[in-house]
Amino acid sequence: MVLSKTSSESDVSLHSTFASRYVRTSLPRFKMPENSIPKEAAYQIINDELMLDGNPRLNLASFVTTWMEPECDKLVMAAINKNYVDMDEYPVTTELQNRCVNMIAHLFNAPLGESETAVGVGTVGSSEAIMLAGLAFKRKWQNKRKAEGKPCDNPNIVTGANVQVCWEKFARYFEVELKEVKLRDSYYVMDPVKAVEMVDENTICVAAILGSTLNGEFEDVKLLNDLLVQKNEETGWDTPIHVDAASGGFIAPFLYPELEWDFRLPLVKSINVSGHKYGLVYAGIGWVIWRSKQDLPEELIFHINYLGADQPTFTLNFSKGSSQIIAQYYQLIRLGYEGYKNIMENCQENAMVLKEGLLKTGRFNIVSKDNGVPLVAFSLKDNSRHNEFAVSDMLRRFGWIVPAYTMPPDAQHVTVLRVVIREDFSRTLAERLVVDIEKVLHELDTLPAKIDAMMSVSAGEDKGPNGGVVKKTALETQREITTVWRKFVMERKKTNGVC
Amino acid sequence: MVVTKTIPDSGEQLNCTFASRYVRTSLPKFRMPEQPIPKDAAYQIIHDELMLDGNPRLNLASFVTTWMEPECDKLIMASINKNYVDMDEYPVTTELQNRCVNMIAHLFNAPIGETETAVGVGTVGSSEAIVLAGLAFKRKWQQKRKLEGKPYDKPNIVTGANVQVCWEKFARYFEVELKEVKLTEGYYVMDPVKAVEMVDENTICVAAILGSTLNGEFEDVKLLNELLTQKNKETGWNTPIHVDAASGGFIAPFLYPDLEWDFRLPLVKSINVSGHKYGLVYAGIGWVVWRSKEDLPDELIFHINYLGSDQPTFTLNFSKGSSQIIAQYYQLIRLGFEGYKNVMENCMENAKVLKEGIMKMGRFDIISKDIGVPLVAFLLKDSSKYTVFEISENLRRFGWIVPAYTMPPNAQHIAVLRVVIREDFSRSLAERLISDIQKVLEEMDTHLDRSSTRVAHVTATVDETHDGDGGKIAVKKSVRESHDEIIKHWRRLVDGLKTNGVC
Repeated sequence: MVLSKTSSESDVSLHSTFASRYVRTSLPRFKMPENSIPKEAAYQIINDELMLDGNPRLNLASFVTTWMEPECDKLVMAAINKNYVDMDEYPVTTELQNRCVNMIAHLFNAPLGESETAVGVGTVGSSEAIMLAGLAFKRKWQNKRKAEGKPCDNPNIVTGANVQVCWEKFARYFEVELKEVKLRDSYYVMDPVKAVEMVDENTICVAAILGSTLNGEFEDVKLLNDLLVQKNEETGWDTPIHVDAASGGFIAPFLYPELEWDFRLPLVKSINVSGHKYGLVYAGIGWVIWRSKQDLPEELIFHINYLGADQPTFTLNFSKGSSQIIAQYYQLIRLGYEGYKNIMENCQENAMVLKEGLLKTGRFNIVSKDNGVPLVAFSLKDNSRHNEFAVSDMLRRFGWIVPAYTMPPDAQHVTVLRVVIREDFSRTLAERLVVDIEKVLHELDTLPAKIDAMMSVSAGEDKGPNGGVVKKTALETQREITTVWRKFVMERKKTNGVC
Repeated sequence: MVVTKTIPDSGEQLNCTFASRYVRTSLPKFRMPEQPIPKDAAYQIIHDELMLDGNPRLNLASFVTTWMEPECDKLIMASINKNYVDMDEYPVTTELQNRCVNMIAHLFNAPIGETETAVGVGTVGSSEAIVLAGLAFKRKWQQKRKLEGKPYDKPNIVTGANVQVCWEKFARYFEVELKEVKLTEGYYVMDPVKAVEMVDENTICVAAILGSTLNGEFEDVKLLNELLTQKNKETGWNTPIHVDAASGGFIAPFLYPDLEWDFRLPLVKSINVSGHKYGLVYAGIGWVVWRSKEDLPDELIFHINYLGSDQPTFTLNFSKGSSQIIAQYYQLIRLGFEGYKNVMENCMENAKVLKEGIMKMGRFDIISKDIGVPLVAFLLKDSSKYTVFEISENLRRFGWIVPAYTMPPNAQHIAVLRVVIREDFSRSLAERLISDIQKVLEEMDTHLDRSSTRVAHVTATVDETHDGDGGKIAVKKSVRESHDEIIKHWRRLVDGLKTNGVC
């Protein structure tokens, strides 16, 4: 005789996800829930909430890769449970990292012999890479000063004010003074002449950026090198250079191989690059390469040995996933030199298409250069009625995320919009963006000018363009307050907050 | 009329991967190749090389999670291209992080009101979390000393010698002296009495570990708190405590809710936990929580604002993937308190099964405690014939990765094997491991018997190695034995240098 059983917990097995009670209850936000819920419900709830995040591929603010080939996705998923730091257990993954380091070192013309292994490491991103490089400079400088019997308690680093926020973090956390070369109108990168002037005996290094986040420009590292060599000869301080090639490191070797910015310049001692920008890998991988063993003080390295093979490690993070390292290796061998070159050339092409489309509207000035990172930074010729922040906001309605920023000192009165051209930003998308920008301009043109006069009055900062007192409606006052507040917080928002 | 076209380059499209020329050529290892190769070839080549990596799920050395439900894998893959730091663009992901911080802070009994938000952040792992916590302590201490007009150039931190390597990194990179309380045989964690003795006016904090990597033991944070409170009263130094709960933070609240180790103790100012250990998420996520706003100096925080709402950030890393944060949230709501408790209870059960099976062989002593992280650490009663390092090696042949370590000073002569019980280590695997250990022992016993009369040992000339085995007998050796000996010696030498290398 067959005994029939009724399932008591009918909710769990019978109901489809959206019929179950799980989508009816509010999930706790501050405390862990007491009970478990079925995995399908958990998946659905989270997946649905995440629909309200922006679409990564339409995020034109970010340099970070948002698309990889499905074959690579397979490798990424297969390695998701491998803890990268277990070098003993995953020797092949460790070797893949070493191969990437060597390939990138050679790409940067590191002065290595045929069988010499490069000095470098994979990191979680350029932030970690820059901290490691900075630590090495700090320690070398301290050792030098101690040997000379001089004080070593006031190290400083010279950079441009266009520097990315991770340099400020490094300075603050590692107690190094940040000496910034101010920008000026239409010169938005570090001036090598001024930088070298600022170098003193406490300078641990001068950091140049290859691919400024603000307008994609490459700083003139060669000129910096020449001037610094001269100063070093006069002073005997031996100040080195670090190149922050977070964006440019995977562009310059392919598009501008004649440009001397890397280890071909004798004062360049370390370089960092983001694998997850133009290295074409998902977020979570960066690389730092040192010129030679001498540039990385031994005392900073921890040694982990197995079977007699020495694996030196120098990272801030310990356990982390292996997926991005494998993905980087995949890209390096899948694309090869030619593949990367083709992609960068495509990006440049599409950037030109976008730039020309914008110029044709007659309403914009282009702030970015043609040579540099493939991006288009532009500002309104006339922002008295509507400014760039308004354009950025309205573009969101079409789905595009195009950020608007003000420049750092001393160019705070300049506001720009910036579109980064990544590998997956095709020509069709570029043309569509131009059309949508035109639509936005039309709409803004129809909005009454009164509001804009309001915005300029209430802007309490120096950079407000003009003033005029007019009677306001409640809505206008509200709008005004929102706009002022927005401008205020945008101003406070680190302009280089997006890397 | 249909015009026929011939495909000029037949090689690429027609040949299946293993027939193509790509698997014949050696890939460059030092320089980028000049030409691209088809994506299938790239995939296959890399995939095949990686077959020679160890199997993550058989890696019994690691505490880090190696399995998650397929639904979670789907969420991970969907968010792999989201750069976590773009808070503007991904507000939901940012909010999920905030929810996790709050849930974990409440789990640790942080003294926050009903509507108050917790102070904490998601990190790439406990290493970053510890660096952030340490930085906060260092800055607070410096400020205090400046106010008192005293020198602040010699900060130090008191921990046990069983501390994980990231504390040493913190000390070295951030120029803080590490004062270690040495271990003793039979006592493999930090002694609170000795720790408090070592505290001086330059101590920025005392770090206790909930779940020592060596044997899984929980340090007595309550006793530490009491002794330190007493000392603080006498000296007025106000030295705080940090609890490194990398492993224990997701175990103690579920298995030992009455154990007071967290913010219930007044001197505990910050706690870190690894989401990727018993938080049951893949590698790449840790959490640090502070008791209150006062414990995190504002000058360390960078403010990123959008639309008027303030999002403070205090991390070392900037761009990174969002997948693990979403996965942590998935686990917290999917399992809930009850689910985590069930998983931990299962782990403890399986640990017991393994422990009993090992004890039954009569050849091992168990040095891990029953209360603590679910792991089994054991050493050979008699290491004169062969050592735990050899057992570890031989187990590899069966596919198991079971690490062997020597203890840090002053117990360097003790060498242990350690098996970590993770969520995905089922009872059947435990029983299989026991029988494989049995096989290994039998093999090594017979191998020795066969080569009967001799037991030749090369005494390691390095200080860190251990093995007080006697018997330096000079005997004529066969070539094979010389080889074995050299390898053994070399392995002991390098393994001796690596003790806390696995987190």
